Amino acid sequence: MPKGIYGKINFYLIAFFILLILFGINTGETSAVWEKAVSLCLSCMGIG
Amino acid sequence: MLVFRRWIQIAATLLSNAFLLFPLTRNLYQGRLKSICVPGLNCYSCPAATGACPLGAMQSLFANIRPSIQAGRIHIGLYVIGFLGLIGTLIGRMPCGWLCPFGFFQELVFKIPSRKYEIPRILTAGKYVFLGLFVIILPLFVVDEFGYGQTWFCKYVCAAGTLEAGIPMSGLQPQLRHLWGWLFFNKVLILLILLVLMVFIRRPFCRMICPLGAIYSLFNRLSIFKMVYHPDKCVHCQQCYKNCPMGVRFYEGANQPDCIRCLKCMQESCKYGAISFEIAGIQLEMPRHKEEHPKVMSDI
Repeated sequence: MPKGIYGKINFYLIAFFILLILFGINTGETSAVWEKAVSLCLSCMGIG
Repeated sequence: MLVFRRWIQIAATLLSNAFLLFPLTRNLYQGRLKSICVPGLNCYSCPAATGACPLGAMQSLFANIRPSIQAGRIHIGLYVIGFLGLIGTLIGRMPCGWLCPFGFFQELVFKIPSRKYEIPRILTAGKYVFLGLFVIILPLFVVDEFGYGQTWFCKYVCAAGTLEAGIPMSGLQPQLRHLWGWLFFNKVLILLILLVLMVFIRRPFCRMICPLGAIYSLFNRLSIFKMVYHPDKCVHCQQCYKNCPMGVRFYEGANQPDCIRCLKCMQESCKYGAISFEIAGIQLEMPRHKEEHPKVMSDI
């Protein structure tokens, strides 16, 4: 595949993933991640 | 460059685990930084962790999709998918070689003097099975009567969770030891097996199991940072393969899924300048002494 095509794909992918991040932040996913991360994850520890 | 990478690995490990008050609080860090994912595998239930594990966060969001939608929230993991996709598009699997605390730990254990072995190549496909099954399918589709799934990879497989969270938290909060059961001992067994393998095999967890590495590896061929192979300069001495922490045969092609862009092959192994890297199509090469290609020398 020509290099120019990769450049365009990269550009669109970066824009797409930034949009996903912004959409996630806007819908409050960061709070959901925070709530999970600050509570003791018994599954991770192999307890619950 | 290699010393520089070590320092980056140490700094990334310390920054991901910078909550040093945990012996006093005997609990996890509760600050807002924990809403931000770290690029490497670092359990968020590690008492010193200051960020969120992207793999744990992704599974958690997948496992709770149904209840969150029923509650009117669209928490379907876009934040974490976007975060991992952005890093992957920029640098591919580079975080595994530079920023992952568990990868760094495996490299240190591998330094223990012993006879070293190679794994069959087919086993490196295992990480995609763990990604598809334990991180995506099972958390999404195996749910209880209330619609809640489980974080399958964290619960049944993740050795980083046992090492960074299970064992230290059980020390900090002794009441947790009463909850130890077959699940805990199963995870300790997995950790022990992996610890033994780490002595004899290069990064066994990264190559065979890690779903995070599997996600990043999907971007290796199209990321902005790319490794470049110059076949005209390669003498197939296999030094790149012998020194590679992931056992990648670079002479079989650049940007293979297991390449973690540690640059060890380029800096330490290849004497003939057959390996370089490019950023956004601009080829760069670190200055170092290059020997003449033997074929060229013999022609003179």
